[in-house]
Amino acid sequence: MGHVVIDVMPKTEILDPQGQAIAGALPRLGIDQFADVRQGKRFVLAVDGDVTQEHLAQARAAAEKMLSNPVIEDVVSVRVLEADGR
Amino acid sequence: MSDDQATMTTVLDTVDVAQTSPDAEQPWQELGLKQDEYKRIREILERRPTSAELAMYSVMWSEHCSYKSSKVHLRRFGDLPQETPRGKQLAGIGENAGVIDIGQGWAVTFKIESHNHPSYIEPYQGAATGVGGIVRDIMAMGARPIAIMDPLRFGRIDHPDTARVLPGIVAGVGGYGNCLGLPNIGGELVFDECYQGNPLVNALCVGSLRHEDLHLANASGVGNKIVLFGAKTGGDGIGGVSVLASETFDADGPTKRPAVQVGDPFAEKVLIECCLDLYHAGVVEGIQDLGGAGLSCATSELASAGDGGMSIELDRVPLRDSSLRAEEILMSESQERMMAVVAPAQLDAFLEITEKWDVEATVLGEVTDGEHLVITWHGETIVDVPPRSVAHDGPVYQRPMERPAYLEELQADSTARLDRPASDEELRAQLLQVLGSPNVCDKSWVTDQYDRYVRGNTAQAMPADAGIVRVDEESGLGVALATDCNGRFAKLDPYAGAQLALAEAYRNVATTGAQPLAVSDCLNFGSPEDPGVMWQFSQSVDGLTDACRELGIPVTGGNVSFYNQTGDTAIHPTPVIAVLGVLDDVSRHASSGWQQTGEPVYLLGEARDELDGSQWSAVVHQHLGGTPPQVDLRAEKGLAEALREAVAGGAISSAHDVSDGGLGVALAESAMAHDIGAVINLPGAAFVDLFSESTGRVVVTVPDGEGSSLEAACVRYDVPFAKIGVTGGDSLVITDRFEVPIADLRETHQATLPLALDGR
Amino acid sequence: MKIGVITFPGSLDDHDAMRAIRVAGGDAVSLWHGDADLHGVDAVVVPGGFSYGDYLRCGAIARFAPVMDRLIPAAQGGLPVLGICNGFQVLCESHLLPGALTPRTDQRFYCNDQVLKVESTSTAWTSAYDEGAEITVVHKNGEGRFVADEHTLDELEGEGRVVFRYVGGNPNGSYRDIAGVTNERGNVVGLMPHPEHCVEEGYGPSLDGLAFFTSVLTAAAGV
Repeated sequence: MGHVVIDVMPKTEILDPQGQAIAGALPRLGIDQFADVRQGKRFVLAVDGDVTQEHLAQARAAAEKMLSNPVIEDVVSVRVLEADGR
Repeated sequence: MSDDQATMTTVLDTVDVAQTSPDAEQPWQELGLKQDEYKRIREILERRPTSAELAMYSVMWSEHCSYKSSKVHLRRFGDLPQETPRGKQLAGIGENAGVIDIGQGWAVTFKIESHNHPSYIEPYQGAATGVGGIVRDIMAMGARPIAIMDPLRFGRIDHPDTARVLPGIVAGVGGYGNCLGLPNIGGELVFDECYQGNPLVNALCVGSLRHEDLHLANASGVGNKIVLFGAKTGGDGIGGVSVLASETFDADGPTKRPAVQVGDPFAEKVLIECCLDLYHAGVVEGIQDLGGAGLSCATSELASAGDGGMSIELDRVPLRDSSLRAEEILMSESQERMMAVVAPAQLDAFLEITEKWDVEATVLGEVTDGEHLVITWHGETIVDVPPRSVAHDGPVYQRPMERPAYLEELQADSTARLDRPASDEELRAQLLQVLGSPNVCDKSWVTDQYDRYVRGNTAQAMPADAGIVRVDEESGLGVALATDCNGRFAKLDPYAGAQLALAEAYRNVATTGAQPLAVSDCLNFGSPEDPGVMWQFSQSVDGLTDACRELGIPVTGGNVSFYNQTGDTAIHPTPVIAVLGVLDDVSRHASSGWQQTGEPVYLLGEARDELDGSQWSAVVHQHLGGTPPQVDLRAEKGLAEALREAVAGGAISSAHDVSDGGLGVALAESAMAHDIGAVINLPGAAFVDLFSESTGRVVVTVPDGEGSSLEAACVRYDVPFAKIGVTGGDSLVITDRFEVPIADLRETHQATLPLALDGR
Repeated sequence: MKIGVITFPGSLDDHDAMRAIRVAGGDAVSLWHGDADLHGVDAVVVPGGFSYGDYLRCGAIARFAPVMDRLIPAAQGGLPVLGICNGFQVLCESHLLPGALTPRTDQRFYCNDQVLKVESTSTAWTSAYDEGAEITVVHKNGEGRFVADEHTLDELEGEGRVVFRYVGGNPNGSYRDIAGVTNERGNVVGLMPHPEHCVEEGYGPSLDGLAFFTSVLTAAAGV
């Protein structure tokens, strides 16, 4: 079974309260070297067999039409999930 | 692990296998069974149990499901007359929840339950699924859930662990309840060191139904179908039975299964609407929710309460995780699932409705004419048991009880030795100190995270004494609910503590003008294996039973939570009592804040010098000792009658219970509600009048010209009363003593939680 | 006068919206998400709740329900449509209204009695108010922070399409205190607060929500 991975991130100009909350909490754990944190979403779409160009095209359509909201989010990548999980 | 055991990994432990391998080792001990319990299972079955049967018995005979330590005590509730002041109960203790007739063809059902341990492990999901579980109990009676409440108790407000669990628990209660569309109309928020490591998350749900919609959990009628519907089954909450997977099936070591459940409030909302459609279509013969112990509980309880025979094909259960073993499917506590008994002729109509709501429904089996619950897995029998032996005839213990030795000394250490305020300045400062203390301060940091308005029937919610929701839009018929418990009082005297909790909840309901009808209780205690805790428990049950008899209201249901302790240290006995009352027209209720200037302020009831266990002793002196305030149930009953009559007659414009913190706090809260102050002339000694927590007292205001009607009602019901002042101004003035501007009261009252929880 | 109220799986305030319509004197008609038919209604309320659990983004899945295939062109054609809370989110996701609703700044759900200023009375849903009036309406959400780019915000302000603004404190961090907006035509209005909870004496903080529904009854009568 093949997988397509879609990553969606909040637009840089939009405040990301979840990321802010994490950024605020990390120093309390002694993790203090990060200037900022942003939290996004990952979608993993499964297909029977290998991922084809057609699958990728449909995944892009899904990403733009439903999985992201262009007012506040960017689709940063739509790609095949490699066998090693990358 | 020996080779012999390793080969078991490929063999399903069927009844046939069990019969031919009577001596196979079984992990009964790891599953929490005692040796004699395991022996009894073998006697019931006349063979060793299969691993699936062992799993079922172990979980159904656990303290949580079987009430084995508390049963002998709880039976005393059953001896109470099963009648409310409005007549016979439609369903009583023993059903998922008691059902009470409130008139005009309407009934309500309510119940309070604990979800303490899961909420400590995973605060958000533990609290969320606690709400989900109690809501399904109410749905299973044929009712529409109409409101929830959530009494919460935590350790010290400034303890790091409180900072960890509190926000998650509050967000979980809110996240689930808000998404479900149920108004949260009240509850409690208590901080006390004794709950450190043992936070208490109790949840109450109330539902309404027409009499004809009442449904009960039983599987009768041979040939009727058993339908599982709702969410798919996953590996939620089966951490405890992974021991079976590891020892019986998997030679490679224990599999990792989560011990907590994850809730999906959206799925539950859809399930509510779907169930109501099913009820209204008349296609449900019997219904049961799936909660603790999942399918094990639902199948055995349905069969046990019905004709006894049931066959289930377990491999038909829709799974979220295909790697689940049969035992795990039986144990899974996956949320948002229900089980229905459906006549074959109505199955198509049933499935049409579940399809409309996109709810997955699967026929698992049917009611049979035998007396056994038989469960198969791909055609092979893995469970063949008398269902009563699993669901209802579990072990019953008479645990040893002993009055704790410390009690003598604790009760002797009264507040008499504590310094009382020496000046008016000190009196004023201590009032503000108590007003801003964690247990008395403004709770809106918590309650603002809950939707109190959804469904548009909320007539009153936090911070009022009682929550009120309308049941019938035509007539305005509705219910008032309050939950209360002062664990400090119960620690000093568990018998009186339970009665005081009941008296306060009863009084809180009565302040609205409602007629109190029934009780549900959530009994939170330490370990039943500690004779001191068992004594506290028995005393509390006695106190509650005796008080209910005196007040003429039944206990309709509830729950027991034991093992709330760290090491040898148990929590205070915490019998949280919920009282439900009825209002024939919700629009004619009294609320707790002063709304008009120039109205006379009355104090109903009398203060005695009762400071032991009070908030004053806790906040000013960090003291707990002595004996709690005296309980006078006849006086409480008279007070409730007088309030009801006076509210119905329009003789009361506001009413506020005097409890935590005493009269001073009650006056301050009444003033802050609508920014209207008062000038108060205390009838007795100022300190006792302001800080004593004597019971049976309510502060009321009276509309112009209604004073004599109120006084007449008080005389009729033998309620002492005193006119103590008049509303008006922007300060609370205690004549000849001190005054505090309302703005200062509010600042003190509101600052505490934001500062402790947000650091601002 | 028939006003439809859409029920999606997870809608919560549909019942309340129907009651508010009845209290205002209209006929409330229940519309089902899976039914691609508006049943001849004269206006539509998209109610509050958590449609489809709001799991992807609030309103993002509801926007693709069959009933929306009918509602979107009808709204573009002038049918009065009101989106309350989750309904506002659905209308933004549908691009019937500009902007988006994002999590509140402190990420907590927040329920309060909120004062709003009525900034525009020239919409189908606000004509019965006095311009500049301050009303108290229930506000309750976890993701009600209205955001849009500067250009869009300026355009909304310039065209008088900001319908409500928060007064006495911004409860969720919305840009420019915006509580509700309308489309160019003024027939589609969305807001986070809940007027349907403010129509009955004794239930809710005021009766200030009723004028939404009396406004649209007048507007629909004039069509």
